[in-house]
Amino acid sequence: MLLIHCPYCGPRPELEFSYGGEAHIARPSPPESVSADDWVAFLYLRANRRGLQAERWRHVRGCARFFNALRDTTTDQFLATYRCGEPRPDGGGSASP
Amino acid sequence: MQKFSAWSLLKQAFGGHRGWQPQWRRAAPQSSYDAIIVGGGGHGLGAAYYLASEHGMNRVAVLEKGWIGGGNTGRNTTVIRSNYLFDESARLYDHAVKMWRDLSQHLNYNVMYSPRGVLMLAHSVHDMQVSKRHIHANRCNGVDNEWLSPAECKAFCPPLNIGHDIRYPVLGGALQRRGGTARHDAVAWGYARAADALGVDIVENCEVTGICRDANGAVEAVETTRGRIGSRKIGVAAAGNSSVVMGLAGIRLPLESFPLQALVSEPIKPVLPCVVMSNAIHAYVSQSDKGELVIGAGTDAYTSYTQRGALHVNLHTLAAICELFPAFRRLRMLRNWGGIVDVSPDRSPIICKTAVPGLYLNCGWGTGGFKATPGSAHLFAWTIAHDEPHPLNAPFTLERFRDGLLIDEAAAAAVAH
Repeated sequence: MLLIHCPYCGPRPELEFSYGGEAHIARPSPPESVSADDWVAFLYLRANRRGLQAERWRHVRGCARFFNALRDTTTDQFLATYRCGEPRPDGGGSASP
Repeated sequence: MQKFSAWSLLKQAFGGHRGWQPQWRRAAPQSSYDAIIVGGGGHGLGAAYYLASEHGMNRVAVLEKGWIGGGNTGRNTTVIRSNYLFDESARLYDHAVKMWRDLSQHLNYNVMYSPRGVLMLAHSVHDMQVSKRHIHANRCNGVDNEWLSPAECKAFCPPLNIGHDIRYPVLGGALQRRGGTARHDAVAWGYARAADALGVDIVENCEVTGICRDANGAVEAVETTRGRIGSRKIGVAAAGNSSVVMGLAGIRLPLESFPLQALVSEPIKPVLPCVVMSNAIHAYVSQSDKGELVIGAGTDAYTSYTQRGALHVNLHTLAAICELFPAFRRLRMLRNWGGIVDVSPDRSPIICKTAVPGLYLNCGWGTGGFKATPGSAHLFAWTIAHDEPHPLNAPFTLERFRDGLLIDEAAAAAVAH
């Protein structure tokens, strides 16, 4: 079981959290002019990265707040957790929420 | 290839069994092939076999980064069934179940297919309604499935606890009698041996590190840890690593890779005559011919490539099994392990051409790919050879996500996703 550092509550066991998938995926807009391919990219396509990944977690059985994390998917080791709206601590990827 | 028969066994017995040859060559990669399959699991090896045996392509290579059958083919819980809800899925999986029947004879290799029945339990009124809906849908598609009362479940599977004093009592079950199990390693080995006999090169310890394209964008070669290998047709069957391999060609996939765990008990005498599954409380168990209980746990919550998962996921499944089968409570577990499964948004697979000419894709089998191995391999070979999908896999494209034609098998693995 992972030990996850909630940026609001501190380190807590994984069972208190729910996973939210890849982070920093911005919803395209305005919706009336978004192409089908762009909706596919937003809704379905994922980097599914082997290595360092930015991802969303929610401390659903604690403070119930969303936050982001950097985790290495080849070791499951967390490198950092950070609040929504903050850029990736390693400067990678896009900085959208 | 040495053929297996009672006569060859007897002949080798007289020679002290010292005359058996390796089942396939340890091939070194040639400079080019008519087709390359990336991924030496059951789906990839089978596809190479059918390319050679049904489509006359003898210059075929299977490139495997580790050893063949060492990924999900050797890590699954070997359950075979075709009781899927939607027409497209029922046709796809039943194609495979029909092929399982005579696969051992066809390959001259005992894959130990055992149609011992798959019993899927219901624990609530909702479960019963969903099960019966599945049964009717299956029977409309010519897939056998029948409803059993609790007493009939008990008669079919004697160690099952159908008492009312458990947290989630058994209210009945759906039984597919043609469902069952097979020996997973034997499937990889059988296909490898048969493909090798037809000239297919099986290249192990050969990781694909690049996909090269010509001026028109079509594939022309792969870069590997054992050098550049040319081919105008490249089929990717890389399971949990599909996103990584397809990323080499610049294609993003609608997949997420999760750890899925399994475990086996110490071997005991035959006690469990069928496969038992419960979606609601997540029990998933059968007994191997060696006597071990083979237990499937759930996926972890997060994506990962570690090939291991958390203990609490296994404990969840074991708690359900101990309640359904009180006799198993004192069994010790021998081993547990994890595999990485590529889960698609609608829990249905993807077998298709891609936007890159000459590049073909077979992925998205998620937690339930083993059962489909022969059918998937057969259809993938067809798709590669004809450069168009077979009617059975035509709905299983990447474009279905754009066009809103999802095949939404939430019950695909009959386990909670």
